[in-house]
Amino acid sequence: MSYLEYNRETVPTGLSKVLYVNWALVVLLLAVCSVGFLMLFSVAGGSLSPWAEPQMKRFALGLVMMFIVAMVPIYFWRNMALLAYLGSLLLLVFVELFGDVGMGAQRWIDLGFMRLQPSEVAKITLVMLLAAYYDWLDVGKTSRPLWVILPVIIILVPTALVLKQPDLGTALLLVVGGAMVMFCAGVHWLYFGAVIASGAGLVTAVVASRGTTWQLLKDYQYRRIDTFLDPESDPLGAGYHITQSKIALGSGGWTGRGLMEGTQSRLNFLPEKHTDFIFTTLAEEFGFVGGVSLLVLYVLILAFCIVSALKNRDRFSSLLILGIAGTFFLFFAVNMSMVMGLAPVVGVPLPLVSYGGSAMIVLLGAFGLVQSAHIHRPRGRR
Amino acid sequence: MRRAPKDTEESVRKITRRGLVMGGLMGGFAALLAGRMRYMQVDQADEFRLLAEENRIKFSLIPPERGLIFDRNGRPIAVNEQIYRVVIVPEDAGDLENTLARLRKIIPLTDEEAKKALEEMRRASPFLEYTIADRLSWEQLSEVAVNTPALPGISPEVGLSRHYPMLEDFAHVIGYVGRVSDYDLSKIEDPDPLLRLPQFQIGKVGVESKWEEPLRGKAGNRRIEVNASGRVMRELDRQQGISGTDLQLTVDSQLQNYVQARLGTESAAAMVMDVTNGDLLAIGSAPSFDPNLFVRGISVADYRDLTENDHRPLANKAAQGLYPPGSTFKMVTALAAMEAGVVTAGETFYCPGHKEVSGRRFHCWKRSGHGWVDLDGSLQQSCDVYYYELALKAGIENISAMAKKLGIGVRHDIPMSAVAEGIAPTKAWKAERYEQEWVVGDSLNASIGQGFVLASPLQLVVMAARLASGTQIEPRLVKSVDGRETPVKGLEPLDISPTALQQVRKGMYNVVNSSRGTARGSRIVAEGMTMAGKTGTSQVRSVVVRNQDVPWEQRDHALFVAFAPYDNPKYAVSVVVEHGGGGSAVAAPIARDVMLQALYGGLPPMEAYPSSSRWEVEQIRKDLKLREDLRQDASDRA
Repeated sequence: MSYLEYNRETVPTGLSKVLYVNWALVVLLLAVCSVGFLMLFSVAGGSLSPWAEPQMKRFALGLVMMFIVAMVPIYFWRNMALLAYLGSLLLLVFVELFGDVGMGAQRWIDLGFMRLQPSEVAKITLVMLLAAYYDWLDVGKTSRPLWVILPVIIILVPTALVLKQPDLGTALLLVVGGAMVMFCAGVHWLYFGAVIASGAGLVTAVVASRGTTWQLLKDYQYRRIDTFLDPESDPLGAGYHITQSKIALGSGGWTGRGLMEGTQSRLNFLPEKHTDFIFTTLAEEFGFVGGVSLLVLYVLILAFCIVSALKNRDRFSSLLILGIAGTFFLFFAVNMSMVMGLAPVVGVPLPLVSYGGSAMIVLLGAFGLVQSAHIHRPRGRR
Repeated sequence: MRRAPKDTEESVRKITRRGLVMGGLMGGFAALLAGRMRYMQVDQADEFRLLAEENRIKFSLIPPERGLIFDRNGRPIAVNEQIYRVVIVPEDAGDLENTLARLRKIIPLTDEEAKKALEEMRRASPFLEYTIADRLSWEQLSEVAVNTPALPGISPEVGLSRHYPMLEDFAHVIGYVGRVSDYDLSKIEDPDPLLRLPQFQIGKVGVESKWEEPLRGKAGNRRIEVNASGRVMRELDRQQGISGTDLQLTVDSQLQNYVQARLGTESAAAMVMDVTNGDLLAIGSAPSFDPNLFVRGISVADYRDLTENDHRPLANKAAQGLYPPGSTFKMVTALAAMEAGVVTAGETFYCPGHKEVSGRRFHCWKRSGHGWVDLDGSLQQSCDVYYYELALKAGIENISAMAKKLGIGVRHDIPMSAVAEGIAPTKAWKAERYEQEWVVGDSLNASIGQGFVLASPLQLVVMAARLASGTQIEPRLVKSVDGRETPVKGLEPLDISPTALQQVRKGMYNVVNSSRGTARGSRIVAEGMTMAGKTGTSQVRSVVVRNQDVPWEQRDHALFVAFAPYDNPKYAVSVVVEHGGGGSAVAAPIARDVMLQALYGGLPPMEAYPSSSRWEVEQIRKDLKLREDLRQDASDRA
């Protein structure tokens, strides 16, 4: 059912929209972000600066943005999808040409008050465009090859730009996030089987290309793969991060060592403790109980999103919510796998907890879209 | 655009189905993460906790304070001196070059030193302290301290370093400390971890080396928490070490100072021993060196000067130098013959100036001969032929046994480096050493302290002390350890007839005091301080030439052994002057001066000397370079 077909009269208007906001989701987001503030406070040695305070300010900014996005009718966002996607592609090209180099990759555009990572924006705009695409596409044509190739191209263009930076983690999130939307839209199982098979082929090619002139990845990425396969082989070099991360996480025990009592993070044994590895600090200081609590919060956010998506009879809204939920899932799943030594260190932050402006604001904006879809869902007839 | 309701229904159902599948997969993965977390945090927690502790806790040693060494009167001869140094923590310094440039305005550093410091700091961890300048003056240190706000990362520090206030005087006795070398470590099994500290110093020679472990003490330690870069965050706990043992030696620094000064630039050794308890009051070896040079790390040029000097300043001649004892050995031969019962003190032999044995002619030093001589005369005039006769009667085994009884050919147990054993030869010894038969000529040579016989000044002073006291007195260098007196050894009487001993002593008395004695020039006239002794002149080469006509290194060694007072012996003295010439002319005056110094506990009055020697003594005294601080003490006591 398309948006045009349901009774507009039943959609709340004006200030009354506030009543229809998915408040449970807002509370959950607030809870997760608060965990982030606490951890940033702790890793700074019990100080609001340099991380917790800016993070709070960005959260406030993001929250305002979320409500603004939420108040705008979802059909507006659907109509904006293509424009937003093209805009983010432009930003990616721009960052490629003029961006600031950081951590061996060109990722940022300095906006003065914050550093914008276009790749973060692209994750959401990609999901938006794919959702809009399947909303537009005749359901019967979903699995036809021609109509499958088009979304694949939509996914691969930003992925290629991100890979060039190079940012393996984001590229992975773009591909899998996009694939999730396609999956939910009902693309035939066989396509996914084929992609997984060719993915395996690609991995083989990547491994085979190592050391040759047409090497597909940078050396540091290969080393990360090596480290992942055998972190203990180089405990002071490439494997140092993951080894120390595992020690921190493991030494947390059931209930952890207490706030600001984690020796691994306080004594700097943990790398990137305020960004990608913040979960280890949480796990060290609050133990299994703390870690699982955060995981539960994340899963609850997912659950609320999925319930909202499945109840929503607007195709664009459902796919958009599922896509955003999927991207959100990928964020924390990859990050946690990474710090627990289940996945290579690819540089994916812990969503809403890790220190970082772009990801926080973009994610809250994306949840604004989820809220918009929730508020403006079709009501009445059927 | 309108769509058929069926499509819509189908689309919604499909999304629901796929959405649930995706949600299920996500939930499953989340469960997997939770499981992994549980495995690591609960099942493997102990293991990881241990690893985390290993990460953060380091042990560091606190070096103990080295034990002090005092002389018999409690005057310090090895102390720990505060040294001032300036350290820098590069991380806190910010702009290293700038900071260093400012520091150089206060502390003079050469361009080379500054460059080296910068390079080394850049190589090391920025959290580790680096010592920029060592052994600064108090003024320099306070100036750095005042300027610390302008010198980020730089802090003045106080440390301890060994110092030898007596400079050259005790270099050979105390030795010195120095950095631990790889060679030192290789010699020690299971070395104390202290030895691996970069600045740590251990005794290298002498008492410092022989008493190393008690002097060193026990290290304390502290557990510190470090961060990932090795920076010390805080101290968790601290265990104080145990300071090293304090030693009191038997030496008297005032007497030692006199002995070193009296030996002057000669290549010589002199020892003073208390015959009643074995205390070594002075152990002189000249020339000497300043052991503090070695503590600081001696320069190549200084070290070369010491090693290339033909007077061998580094050698401890008193305990490790071996010399043919010459005529000072004659008491041994005499006692050996009397104890063997082959001769009596009154028995006379004729000295024609030589003795013919198995076709070889053995000369007396006096070519014209001494005529008829008995024991007393033979000692007095140092007649060689008399002892040839005794050697023929007594045999080498008796002589060797007597030598050992009197302390020659025996390694004395004192804590100095390379204490020599010397040689009191026997037939078996020669057979083993040279794989040759003992010949009678060897006995004749040995009888007058030539040939194979070798003794150190330490052994000679022990011999003199045993002759004087009639006991088996053992030398003692360590008087007390941490206030506990070390026992005196060897108070049992010698296994020699007292009559024979007394006869030999009488001979030694006449050497110095009779009108024909070889050392008459060196007699002491002060009442109750009469000296008895024996001269010795040992040949370095076999051809007899006048000493003045040959180069220094070929001249004879001059020796003298003595004890005093004759009636009630208190001190024994031995003097060896390498290539000094005659024992009576060179060694005996030194022995007399040292003896008087010991008896008076300071410079003796001129009345102690016979009037004929006073002018000469005055001249020597004028040139003597004594330590002012000690001289003051001496006159107070006098």
